[in-house]
Amino acid sequence: MPSTASPEVDEGLETTLDPDAIVLTSRPWVTLVWNDPVNLFSYVIYVFQQHFGYDRKLAEKLTHQVHEEGRAVVSSGTREAMERDVQAMHEYGLWATLARDE
Amino acid sequence: MHGFERHRRSGRVITTMTGWEADLLRSLHRQVIELIGHDPAAPERDPLEALLDFDGPTEEPDDPALARLLPSAHRSDPEAAAEFRRYTEPALRDSKARAAADVIETLEAAGLPPLLTDDDLVIDVELDPAQAQVWLRALNDVRLALGTRLGIEQDDDDLWDALPDDDPRLPAYDVYQWLSVLQGSLVDAVMS
Repeated sequence: MPSTASPEVDEGLETTLDPDAIVLTSRPWVTLVWNDPVNLFSYVIYVFQQHFGYDRKLAEKLTHQVHEEGRAVVSSGTREAMERDVQAMHEYGLWATLARDE
Repeated sequence: MHGFERHRRSGRVITTMTGWEADLLRSLHRQVIELIGHDPAAPERDPLEALLDFDGPTEEPDDPALARLLPSAHRSDPEAAAEFRRYTEPALRDSKARAAADVIETLEAAGLPPLLTDDDLVIDVELDPAQAQVWLRALNDVRLALGTRLGIEQDDDDLWDALPDDDPRLPAYDVYQWLSVLQGSLVDAVMS
């Protein structure tokens, strides 16, 4: 049986429907949490689990990243969503900012 | 102070504290309310106007302890930071002041009298999951304010532990350490 789809068409479709590209354009903002000498390690893990619904492993990984690298991206999404996350982090007492994803 | 423990059957967290400890907690949370609610830089406002107004301040507070409680949301874009603060700071202040007031209310409901006179008073504090979350946030705010005032830095425990007995910062540091243990036990109890 001969092939019906030409390679050119396949390539075109793949580019347009690339899921990564779609996610990238709809999620241009990130929430950053910065290292802080006062906040307890266990409390930061608790906040990440509580607010973002992350499992313990991911919450711990992010908390270590904040501690060791000075900051970590904890969420990404629309500007409005990141503003809500930053506000929630401030309510918990975490030092958070939002920025355009780079 | 034994710290918080989780009661298996009810899912509530409980602790026992002396009247002196409860009184200290009440005083610390009152100070946070004062710090948040009575920013000397803010002009006096008509209560009705304040209620209807979503137009908050645009500048970061001068007081470092207050600035730590109400941080800037944009690091390298002052204009966006001012705009964010204008819309969100009143609600953030309100949320923090309410959390501190809730802690005081819980302590008084648990038996802390308006004026502590009984040296032997011991109270049982019992928190449901929602109250525990409020307590965690409020205790954290007290630690942030106190830690900023003291000048706590990353990994400087040795320095503080070596303070001489007559150092004027020692009493405040002891309170800070006590709060850290209390908050730590509450996190552990909630997560267990």
